Amino acid sequence: MTSVLYDAPGPRARRRNAALAAVFVALLGLLAWWVWRTMDDKGQLKWALWQPFTTSEAWTTYLLPGLGNTLKAAALAMVIALPLGAALGLARLSDHRWVRVPAGVVVEFFRSLPVLLLMLFANEFYARSTGVGSEDRPLYAVVTGLVLYNASVLAEVVRAGVLALPRGQAEAAYGIGLRKGQTMVSILLPQAVAVMLPAIVSQLVVIVKDTALGGVMIGYAELLTARSTLAANYANVVPSFIVVGVVFILVNFALTSFAGWLEGRLRRSRRSTGAVVGVQDAEELNPAEIRGGFGTGAGGGGV
Amino acid sequence: MFDFLQGYDVLGAFWMTVKLTLLSAVGSLVWGTLLAAMRVSPVPLMRGFGTAYVNIVRNIPLTVIIVFTSLGLADIFGVTMGASDDFKAQGFRLALLGLVAYHAAFVCEAVRSGINTVPVGQAEAARAIGLNFSQSLRLVVLPQAFRAVIAPLANVLIALTKNTTVAAAIGVAEAASLMKQMIENEAQTIAVGAVFALGFVVLTLPTGLLLGRLGKRLAVKR
Repeated sequence: MTSVLYDAPGPRARRRNAALAAVFVALLGLLAWWVWRTMDDKGQLKWALWQPFTTSEAWTTYLLPGLGNTLKAAALAMVIALPLGAALGLARLSDHRWVRVPAGVVVEFFRSLPVLLLMLFANEFYARSTGVGSEDRPLYAVVTGLVLYNASVLAEVVRAGVLALPRGQAEAAYGIGLRKGQTMVSILLPQAVAVMLPAIVSQLVVIVKDTALGGVMIGYAELLTARSTLAANYANVVPSFIVVGVVFILVNFALTSFAGWLEGRLRRSRRSTGAVVGVQDAEELNPAEIRGGFGTGAGGGGV
Repeated sequence: MFDFLQGYDVLGAFWMTVKLTLLSAVGSLVWGTLLAAMRVSPVPLMRGFGTAYVNIVRNIPLTVIIVFTSLGLADIFGVTMGASDDFKAQGFRLALLGLVAYHAAFVCEAVRSGINTVPVGQAEAARAIGLNFSQSLRLVVLPQAFRAVIAPLANVLIALTKNTTVAAAIGVAEAASLMKQMIENEAQTIAVGAVFALGFVVLTLPTGLLLGRLGKRLAVKR
């Protein structure tokens, strides 16, 4: 599509593009120069501030435990949210109105709430009504908030995955005499799970990003909190932000690439019959109204 | 029954959420569209910049960006957004900046996918009657693309509404920070939670339904 918007450049267009590129480089250069100079003025470029990251201490004492906690909360949230989401998604597909409607209400309700609200509420709830010790409470609250939100997002993924299968699959299953439950468990779900994998993996990116919220707002000792203890120790605000940002980018980029690779592999293999619910679709799932018209209300995941 | 609300400006907090949402929605729509234009432009350098920006920003948590605007941009770089002595206004503007920077990446991706839904013939016809790149983008491609991406953009808007709560991390007095304060001080945990949950449901559900309907009506029938 890109190349359709403009002709192959002639001599004049080439000159103009070169001029535009030059102006753009100049602007970026100006920005980079300003950033460099300000950092120099504030002493943020001093090697003493960057040097800690070359030692093992900064990593083993601060960053790696923080990253470990980030990944722990994300993994726990995913492991708990997945079965819960699957149950909710299947409930939404039920033929019985009294199962379908409540499940729909629960899903739409939790999808329309900010994760932070759920975390704050869970934190206070655990503090007042349960015996969870104050050491474990942040982890519990972060995971609870993430589970409530992501289970409802995953419910939509599961629903979309089952709906994306060709109708013939269910019809053939009924045709050979399987009951509804048997059709779902032995025919539809196995195919849908394979199809949903990329979307599930890319939801992990959202979960990893949301753990940072638990760090700032309810004191969970994850990567961003580790950064502030580290910066308090070495007084390297900007370098520590850059390093932590890069770590987040690497983790999430690895997850995104893995999801893309899975999607490509699934599209190429013929084992499954349905369309693949891809990374892109997962982002569009939250949508108000997407192609097939699943999802009715507030969503906006992936963001 | 609702006496726990006394002494708190719940409506004021939600008004702050609405202000953050609307202003950063406009900002990220403009910046995101510019990024999308860069990503399809004939200048390779701009394409590269757009791609790099989107891939970097999308993979950093919004919380990190917002906290950095306060601790990094304001404290180290001295970017106070013209409010160096007014702490409240500064926090608000910095949160706005962070929200725009983050959500523009998602707007860019939505608009770009919209550009991809416009049939090739439209762009070819635009070129054939002599329009240049910016003309064909402005007059032919983008108007059709926007009509196709109203639903995805509505999702970004809904996510943005929910993400304004992250501004609480740098002390902006919006709904989530008031809820944190109230839920710690008041006895009725569940009632406080319910009030704020209801507020967000009221803010987000109609947006999705209305814009979803609008998107269906405006979509170019092909």
